[in-house]
Amino acid sequence: MDFLQRNWPDILSHTAEHLWLVFISTGLAVLIGIPLGVLLTRYKPLRAPVLGFASVMQTVPSLALFGFLIPLPFIGGIGARTAIIALVLYALLPIIRNTVTGILGIDPPVREAAVGMGMTDWQILRQVELPLAAGVILTGVRVAVVITIGVAVIAAAVGAGGLGEYIFRGLRQNNNQLLWTGAGISAVMALAADFLLGLPERYFDTRAGRVKEQRGRAVFQRIALGVIAALLVIGLGAFVFNKFSAWRAARTSAGQSEQSSRVRVGSKDFTESVLLAEMLAQMLEARGVQVERQFELAGNLTHTSLVAGSIDCYPEYTGTAYTAILQHAPITDPRAVYEQVRREYEEKFKVSVSEPLGFSNDFAILVRGAEARRLGLKTISDAVPHARNWRAGFGQDFMSRADGYSGFVRAYGFRFTQQPREMDLSLTYRALAAAQVDIIAGNSTDGLISALDLFQLEDDRRYFPPYEAVFLSRMDAVSRTPALADALKRLGHAITTEEMRRLNYQIDGEKRDRRQVISDWLKSKGL
Amino acid sequence: MNQTDKSLPLVEFRRTSYSIAEKSAPIISDLSFTVERGERLVLLGESGCGKTTTLKLINRLLLPTAGEVLVEGKATTHWDAIRLRRMTGYVIQEGGLFPHFTVERNVSLVPSLEGWPEERTRSRAHELLEMVGLPPATFASRFPRELSGGQRQRVGVARALASDPQLLLMDEPFGALDPLTRESIQREFKELSTTLKKTVILVTHDVREALRLGTRIALMKAGQIVLLRAPQDFLQAEDAYARRYIETMTINAEGRVQNDE
Repeated sequence: MDFLQRNWPDILSHTAEHLWLVFISTGLAVLIGIPLGVLLTRYKPLRAPVLGFASVMQTVPSLALFGFLIPLPFIGGIGARTAIIALVLYALLPIIRNTVTGILGIDPPVREAAVGMGMTDWQILRQVELPLAAGVILTGVRVAVVITIGVAVIAAAVGAGGLGEYIFRGLRQNNNQLLWTGAGISAVMALAADFLLGLPERYFDTRAGRVKEQRGRAVFQRIALGVIAALLVIGLGAFVFNKFSAWRAARTSAGQSEQSSRVRVGSKDFTESVLLAEMLAQMLEARGVQVERQFELAGNLTHTSLVAGSIDCYPEYTGTAYTAILQHAPITDPRAVYEQVRREYEEKFKVSVSEPLGFSNDFAILVRGAEARRLGLKTISDAVPHARNWRAGFGQDFMSRADGYSGFVRAYGFRFTQQPREMDLSLTYRALAAAQVDIIAGNSTDGLISALDLFQLEDDRRYFPPYEAVFLSRMDAVSRTPALADALKRLGHAITTEEMRRLNYQIDGEKRDRRQVISDWLKSKGL
Repeated sequence: MNQTDKSLPLVEFRRTSYSIAEKSAPIISDLSFTVERGERLVLLGESGCGKTTTLKLINRLLLPTAGEVLVEGKATTHWDAIRLRRMTGYVIQEGGLFPHFTVERNVSLVPSLEGWPEERTRSRAHELLEMVGLPPATFASRFPRELSGGQRQRVGVARALASDPQLLLMDEPFGALDPLTRESIQREFKELSTTLKKTVILVTHDVREALRLGTRIALMKAGQIVLLRAPQDFLQAEDAYARRYIETMTINAEGRVQNDE
């Protein structure tokens, strides 16, 4: 409650953003879906392919779809546009399918009479088919709206904002308040939409016997208009509110910036990446550069966006660049990895790699602190004999990458009797602390390690390659903005591993505001 | 229809055939007959004999695959489909009423499509409802689901008569009614169509209905007319199929209706 009170303007603007996404996407889906559905009732050969396509779209996982859309010209990129395209694709199926079934489900004698009376195709559609199918079509729209409210949560992964930001952030920072805020509001929104759109539906049901005294058409029209008007008001309200927040934000930042040029700073979707990006953003703003924050991009979206020019820079780790992006077999020499990455990025992507920031975020093999003390564990090798009956939980990333799971068990000779559980990285910490699993692979700088009393086993066989933090920036942006080059130079070797862990903990453990944490830290370092 | 030559037959089939696909057996084959103004022709026959198809060929719901169908001397292929249908009344089983329209709006359908002024449409609808025995004060604002089967059928007839067509096509219009209701509606309809001087082509499988309503009866079998007679000669026909059909149908109906007019 306290959290809601303190943050209500922020929550309101995220809710408005979410509503706007849902409104515009389902609106477009209705404008495309209903005419398309009508067309399919006229041209039978089109029916199977179009419905098939819409069904397939629904089975594509949303993150995969976003990843696919980002590099495309015109419709791609990051931000609301990409999210809306994906949401429209998801919302199409129920609308098209219900339009088709609604119209084809009309009693054949009714249609035959309509034709026999000499109605034109357009008259039959408007006066007979659409009104009689309206209930079924509306059900489709209702389903589409509810689906969209749910899927729009994922939109936060491509920087479209909305309530998903709370959910992603809450998961990452182990923060239940954020999680509940995001999940709760979107659930209430879905229930409300379901209820509101259910109202007119009942009146469209011609068998329900509701429309007695009054002339049916008038009632249909009044209710339909009422709902459409209400939706428009909600949608426009959300839109105006959005614009207003953007305007307010622009005004506050305009005060401090001299507007030399704009730099778009991106980050991955975990605390440390966001903090580093925020660090750079604040330094740039202090130097009079206008900054656009494109934070919390999921998975590989940061790299795709950087290469596609949707962002100008983001923090990365040399090991990730070396193995995951450049696809080399892992090696353990930090210097060699850095040099190779720097050279190849320049050649292949026209991207420059900054000096190392000073710390590295390696894979950390973690166990519960109490367990480590009881068994006297120090190194990974110490754990191997005990691990037979342990349950392991690893992030998808660790399970799939070249320097991850398969090499790790081979290097140390681990034998797990149970197949390791594959789960979201941010969930593995909680699972370990709650004794749901007994060993995980986390990040060495994660604030949760001390917050949850976890113990990092030493990599005594030097299996894991180095993950030195660096900034990647597009070379055109660096030459365009001298302040960017300067800020990046100042950040070189400026952060120790211990400092980074503390910064992370202030967010994940103490739940402090990230802008405040960063501006305090920058001040203390004189940056 | 008024400005055309009254001496032409209203409907004429000239060696008409119809089949669904090129290779499939024809539903109508080489059918020729004429319908004069003011008569009530009943197309009689068992299911699948092609009687409904024959009806649909007249208002261009179907087009012949061979030969032609003339309405007022003009082939249906040359008629504008919408025009032709609007000046032809069409009644189907159960009426085919629009469930989301009131009775009045159902009856006003063709006039309002034709753009009649609202007042004229309204008084026409009320006049017709009165004519088919449904006082508008009670029935005009009801919905079809609030009516009995017989009442729905009356609305169907009123709707077909709305724009005062000369020709009325009826496909088993009274088939779904109980025997008592059916009989009284049949009687009323006969009077109505005689007073209004309508030309009626009616499809049924019921011999009694055919005898009661027809001025001529055409017995159909496998897409052809096997017998075309006035009702008083119809029962005396010596054609084998006709005899069998008449006997079976009358015996079947024996238990239900004893008194014929």
